[in-house]
Amino acid sequence: MKLIAAMSGGVDSAVAAARAVEEGHEVIGVHLALSANPQKYRSGARGCCTIEDSHDARRAADVIGIPFYIWDMAEEFHDGVVEDFLAEYAQGRTPNPCLRCNEKIKFAAVLDRARAMGFDGVVTGHYARTEITPEGKTLHRAIDISKDQSYVLSVLTVEQIAGAIFPLGDTTKVDIRKEAAERGLAVAEKPDSHDICFVPSGDNAGWLRDRLGSETGPIVDQSGTKIGEHKGAYTYTIGQRKGLGLTVPTVDGSPRFVLKIEPVSNTVVVGSREELAITSMKGERPVWCGAAVTSTPTRGFVQIRAHGQALPCNYFFDGTNLHAQLDEALLGLATGQAMVIYDGDRVVGSATICETN
Amino acid sequence: MLDCAIDAMTTALSKLGNPSSLHTPGRSVRKDIEEAREVIGREVGSLASEIIFTGSGTEANNIALKGLFWKRRAEGRNVVLISAIEHHAIIDPAQWLVTHEKAEVIEIPVTNDGVIDCAFVEKFLSQRADEVALIAVMHSNNETGVLQPISELVNLAGDIPVHCDAVQSFGKVPLSFSELGLTSLTLSAHKIGGPLGIGALVLKRGIEIPALLHGGGQEREIRSGTLNTPSIVAFATAIASHQYVSDVVTKLRDYFISNVQTLLPDAILNGAKSSRLPGIVNFTFPGTQSDTLLLLMDSANVSCSTGSACSAGVHEASHVLLAMGHSEKTAQSSLRFSLGASTTQSDIDYVLSVLPDVIARGRAANLS
Repeated sequence: MKLIAAMSGGVDSAVAAARAVEEGHEVIGVHLALSANPQKYRSGARGCCTIEDSHDARRAADVIGIPFYIWDMAEEFHDGVVEDFLAEYAQGRTPNPCLRCNEKIKFAAVLDRARAMGFDGVVTGHYARTEITPEGKTLHRAIDISKDQSYVLSVLTVEQIAGAIFPLGDTTKVDIRKEAAERGLAVAEKPDSHDICFVPSGDNAGWLRDRLGSETGPIVDQSGTKIGEHKGAYTYTIGQRKGLGLTVPTVDGSPRFVLKIEPVSNTVVVGSREELAITSMKGERPVWCGAAVTSTPTRGFVQIRAHGQALPCNYFFDGTNLHAQLDEALLGLATGQAMVIYDGDRVVGSATICETN
Repeated sequence: MLDCAIDAMTTALSKLGNPSSLHTPGRSVRKDIEEAREVIGREVGSLASEIIFTGSGTEANNIALKGLFWKRRAEGRNVVLISAIEHHAIIDPAQWLVTHEKAEVIEIPVTNDGVIDCAFVEKFLSQRADEVALIAVMHSNNETGVLQPISELVNLAGDIPVHCDAVQSFGKVPLSFSELGLTSLTLSAHKIGGPLGIGALVLKRGIEIPALLHGGGQEREIRSGTLNTPSIVAFATAIASHQYVSDVVTKLRDYFISNVQTLLPDAILNGAKSSRLPGIVNFTFPGTQSDTLLLLMDSANVSCSTGSACSAGVHEASHVLLAMGHSEKTAQSSLRFSLGASTTQSDIDYVLSVLPDVIARGRAANLS
C-alpha cells in the first residue's frame, strides 16, 4: 500500500513508520506542524510540535530512508482542537483534546488529504490494534495495556479505521524503545509526551484562566447555600476534594467534593461523596467503530478516561444517545469526557458524556 | 556540479599550501587563486582586484549592505532602498540594520509582472535622495526569473551606491559590472555548476567599507579568513566552461511553457509579460496547494520548488508573488521549475507527462 506516516518526532511514530516500510509498504513521512508559533525547544515531557521535534522526525525519516515533508495543519488544529477545548471548558465540561485531534486532524484532515493524493492510509505510532474480521476491520486495545490508546481512537468511524494502520499494537513500549535503538533511531530514549501538547507549561488551569478569565464566584452546596469562594471555575474538576478553601464545615465533619461546575452563573457546586456517585451516563453524538449499537441492552464495559478502568455495564442506543448503566457506582464523572464502550478488547464506539445520574 | 569543476576541485584538494604563506607551495596555490580571480573578473566585467571571495552569496550581500550602510551613515544617510522581491539574503540584513542600527528601509514596489517600479524610485529620490545610504535591487528574481532594469536604476541613483544581487543571473544572461556602473555585486558558485559554499562580492575599486569578519585581512581587509582554494578554483573553472547555452535553455523553457498552457489552460505564468531568465518558470495552478504538488512531483522523481519555508519547515506564501499582487491563496498555489544546462527535451516531456495528474490530485487534496 501507499501510506503516509504521521511522524511527531517521537519514538513511537518513528518505529511505526519503520515497521510499515519493513512490511513492504511505500511510505512517506509527514510531520504535522500544529502550532503557528512553534517553540524552538522541547522541555522534558511537555509539549510537542517544537522545531526540535520536527528536526527529530526528519532525522528519523532519514534513518528509515523515506521521503519527509511537513504539512501545515496549524489552522485546522487551532479551529478543531484548541477552540473546541476552550469552548467545552467554557460550558463547564471536561474535553479530551487528544481524542478531538484524532477525530478532526490525524484521521480526518490528514487521511482525507492523503486519500485524495492517491495514498491508501495513514500510519501512526498509536498503541492500538486492528483486526480484519468477517464484519470488517475492527479496532482493539493494544497488548501493552499500560500504553493502550484505543480510548482516544474511539472517535474513528469504520471508514477512518479502514485507512488507519497501527503497527505498534502488538508490542510493549519497553520493546519499542529497544527496537528503536536497534534500528539506530536517535529518538529511542526521548521522553514520552504527557499533558496537553498546546499547553507547554503544563499549567492547564493557568492556561484556561488566561483565556477564559479568572472571575471569582461562589462555591455552594446542593441547596444553593454559599459556603466559600472560588478563584475561577475552570480550575476545578469534578470529584475534587482538596484545595476548596471552604469556610463552613459539614455537620458531621465529612469531606465535600466538587459535584458540578456551572459556567453561566460562575458557580461551583459541592456535596458529599454519596452525591458524587453515579450509576448511569448518557452520551451524545455517538460514533460506531463497527456495527451500530442497538436499543437492546448489551453487556460490555465502559471506560471514561484515557487510562481509566473498564467498568462493567449494560449499554444501549436510544436512537439519539448512547447509554451505559454501571454495575457499581462511580465517583466523579465530568460531562464532556468520552464514554467508550468495549466488547472485551474491541472498541464498540464512543459518545460525549452529556448527562450522569 | 559540472565535471570540469569537480576535476579542478579534486586536483586543488591534493595540493599543499595556504595561499597566504610565503614559501613555494603557498605561492603556488596563491597563483591558482589569482588566476581564478582574473577568470571571474573577465566573466563578470570587473577588474580582478574588485573580486572579494566569500563563503556564500549571503555573506557577500551582508558585507555589501552593512558595509555600505555604515560607510554612508557616517555621512549622515540612513535610508536603505530595497526592492520588495529581494532574496532573504538582502531582506534580512536590511531588517537587521533597522533593528540594530536605526536604519529606515524603504521597499520599492513591483508591477504585477514582477518588475521594480522605477517611477517610484525617481519620485522618492526627488524628495529624499540626500538621506539614502544605498539601493539594493537584484539582477533577476530567483523565484520568477524576471530581469530588473538595473541600468536605469543606476542612472536614477546618480551618486548613491547601488548593490546588485546577481546570484541568479550570473552565467545565464549577459552581465557586466563595469558597464552597469554598480558599486557592488554578489555572485555564487553553486548556481553555475560550481561548488556549494563559495561566493564573491564584486566591490568597485577604491571603495573601502567596514568589515564584518576581522582576522587576517586576506581579501582587501574587507573579508578575513583562509581562502578556500579548491572551491575558488572550481568556481572559476565552472564559469569559464560556458556550458550554459542560453538559447538552448530558452527554447526548452518556451516548449515547456506552451505545453503546460495547452495541458492546463488555467495555469498562470508569473511574470509572463516581462523579460525573464532562460531557466526559471513559475506557474500558479489555481485550486492547489504547492506543498501537496511538491510532494507529488517529488514522488514522480521531479524536483521543483515552492516559495520558501519558515524555520519550522512550514511552507509559506512567497513574498515575491504577494508583492506581484497575488493573494495568500494563489501565492500558495504556485510552483517553480528550474531548467539547467543539463536539462533535456526528454526531461521536459517526462515532466509534462506527470504534471496533469499531479495537478488533478493536488486539486482533489485541497480540501480547505
